[in-house]
Amino acid sequence: MVSHNHHIISVRELQKIYRIDRIEVRALNGVSFDIVPGEFVAIMGPSGSGKTTLTNLLGCLDTPTSGQYFLDGEEVSKLKENQLADIRNRKIGFVFQNFHLLPRLSALQNVELPMIYAGIPRHKRHHRAVELLKMVGLGSRIHHRPNQLSGGQNQRVAIARALVNDPAIILADEPTGNLDSLTGEEIMGIFQQLNRMGKTILLITHERDIALHAKCIFHLRDGKLVRIEEVPNPLNAETIIAEIQAQKKKEKEDHEPQ
Amino acid sequence: MNLNESFRTAFFNLTANKLRSFLTMLGIIIGVAAVVTMTGLGQGMRSQVVGEISSLGSNLLTVIPGRARQGVGSFIRARGSASILKYRYFQELQEMYLPGIQAMTAEVNLFKTITASGENTSTQVVGTTPDYLEIRNFTLQSGRFFNNYDMLHTRKVAVLGNTVAQDLFGEPSQAVGKIIRIGKTNFTVIGVLEPKTTMGQDLGNQVIVPLSTHQQYLGGSHYLGSITIKTVSQEDLDTVAAMVEDFMVRKVGDPDAISILNQNDLIETVENITGTITLFLAAITGISLLVGGIGIMNIMLVSVVERTREIGLRKAIGAKPRDILFQFVIESSLLSIGGGSIGVVLGTLLGKVMVRFSQGTFSLSPGAVALALSISLAVGLFFGIYPARRASKLDPITALRYE
Ligand SMILES: Nc1ncnc2c1ncn2[C@@H]1O[C@H](COP(=O)(O)OP(=O)(O)O)[C@@H](O)[C@H]1O
Ligand SMILES: [Mg+2]
Repeated sequence: MVSHNHHIISVRELQKIYRIDRIEVRALNGVSFDIVPGEFVAIMGPSGSGKTTLTNLLGCLDTPTSGQYFLDGEEVSKLKENQLADIRNRKIGFVFQNFHLLPRLSALQNVELPMIYAGIPRHKRHHRAVELLKMVGLGSRIHHRPNQLSGGQNQRVAIARALVNDPAIILADEPTGNLDSLTGEEIMGIFQQLNRMGKTILLITHERDIALHAKCIFHLRDGKLVRIEEVPNPLNAETIIAEIQAQKKKEKEDHEPQ
Repeated sequence: MNLNESFRTAFFNLTANKLRSFLTMLGIIIGVAAVVTMTGLGQGMRSQVVGEISSLGSNLLTVIPGRARQGVGSFIRARGSASILKYRYFQELQEMYLPGIQAMTAEVNLFKTITASGENTSTQVVGTTPDYLEIRNFTLQSGRFFNNYDMLHTRKVAVLGNTVAQDLFGEPSQAVGKIIRIGKTNFTVIGVLEPKTTMGQDLGNQVIVPLSTHQQYLGGSHYLGSITIKTVSQEDLDTVAAMVEDFMVRKVGDPDAISILNQNDLIETVENITGTITLFLAAITGISLLVGGIGIMNIMLVSVVERTREIGLRKAIGAKPRDILFQFVIESSLLSIGGGSIGVVLGTLLGKVMVRFSQGTFSLSPGAVALALSISLAVGLFFGIYPARRASKLDPITALRYE
């Protein structure tokens, strides 16, 4: 096999076959692609096309039936449970549609969680978590619990948590699915900012408006990668936010004439 | 993830739901409290009985005629003819100067009516030697005990037990110097003993006179009721008992005609009995610990289901099955050892209160406390492992999707 050192992700003939009784479901049917560091990829496809299956494999939450998966130069497709846990801890930052924050923990404690499993000492954890919460704009809310924060703020906490162990890739599964369009745009703004700082981001979405923020779009259909679409001019979240705010301001003025 | 962090996480989870944690611990608390109270009372009872046996005098061997039945304290009675143990044997035994013997005394007992200043009472009259006082651990309240001179001259002097002195003279301190009549003979009271009871028996209900006087004026017999030997140390009891038995069997001819009661055996018997009672109580209350353990398992299983998404998330961000296992096992162990500790405190308080309102003592050895705590820890580990394994085996994908 050729060296994949210059690719952060390299996938070869990835297959995932589910067997229910005697029926085989080829959820992924031979997918191959490479992703270079600093890429921003959106994965799109209709329902049942294999997006979730691919995400689970790329996130090392599941192992493929066949094929190879190299992550950051390491073949992870044949690792055992404990090794996969290590990979998830150190190399992957998950951002979920419904945040998956632990309700009883503060924002700070939620962000510290991956570092606990990485065995990082307490004072360092605290320092790093505060730093990242500041970065996502929540420096003044570090002791709030998830139910004291808005959806957009919770997703920011989740992004901070995804970043603490400085992972090779950020894997975001419909991160804007539960948010209104303005808040969703703000979250996309954070991803674009992270990407500009060099982070590799994989975004799973079924909304083209969201996918267009990425630099390229992988189209899945029936368990196959059918098309890779380059996005020559990705949407800029900051510009869109400014437009939406201007629009709102205008509407407000229209409704309240002096 | 190190163990320290597992502890912190488990502790955090338990304190986040205090009422539930407390209710989960309740079974263990009640179980351990019951065990502690019961064994404390049992151990208290044992040390009390052993203490009372020793208060009769320590390191004692008693030779009695006939076959002795196993029993506790003064309830031991020999069956068989009283005309076996001759005074002569006692003298010979004394002159042998066997190693390990510190002192010995002989006793004759007769029930007599005693009169003095118009009052009369029926009591046991003991004829014995001057060593009796020391060997049987009596102390004088007033006057003196008779000595070898009194023995030699068969003087008609008597030492009264406190109760007898009280019955005859109203005030025990008034008795010394007075004359009492035992049977048909007048005796001068030369001393009164301190009051003494052992295992509910009043030892003050006796009159003690020199053995020679007893033989001459009261019974006329040369047979003894018993010979009591005090050994130098507890270790000598068994060897001296063997030597004395050897001597006696040679004299009497029939090994079944006499018995030697060894204080060691007596204490052993008491410890066996109280040990069995304690064990029995502990076994019964141990069942409640089992119930408490099942309660913990129950709540932990519910907790695993409730926290399925949390477990999924923890696994997704890097928790290994082992980390999840530890977290839950530590939680259940903290619950059980916490419950155990509260139970020990509660059980001790309960035992002390019970002792205050009734007779008896409460004594809990550190070993029993350690045992109670280790058993609760074991219960937590045993009943926690199954739910924890369930949690650790959850598939993160399904767990994250769990609603
Ligand atoms: N655990 C599973 N067991 C059986 N079939 C599955 C399982 N997960 C997904 N599938 C099937 O695999 C195909 C791809 O599913 P999925 O990856 O969830 O697609 P998407 O996320 O794009 O909707 C579907 O036909 C789905 O029914
Ligand atoms: Mg899906």
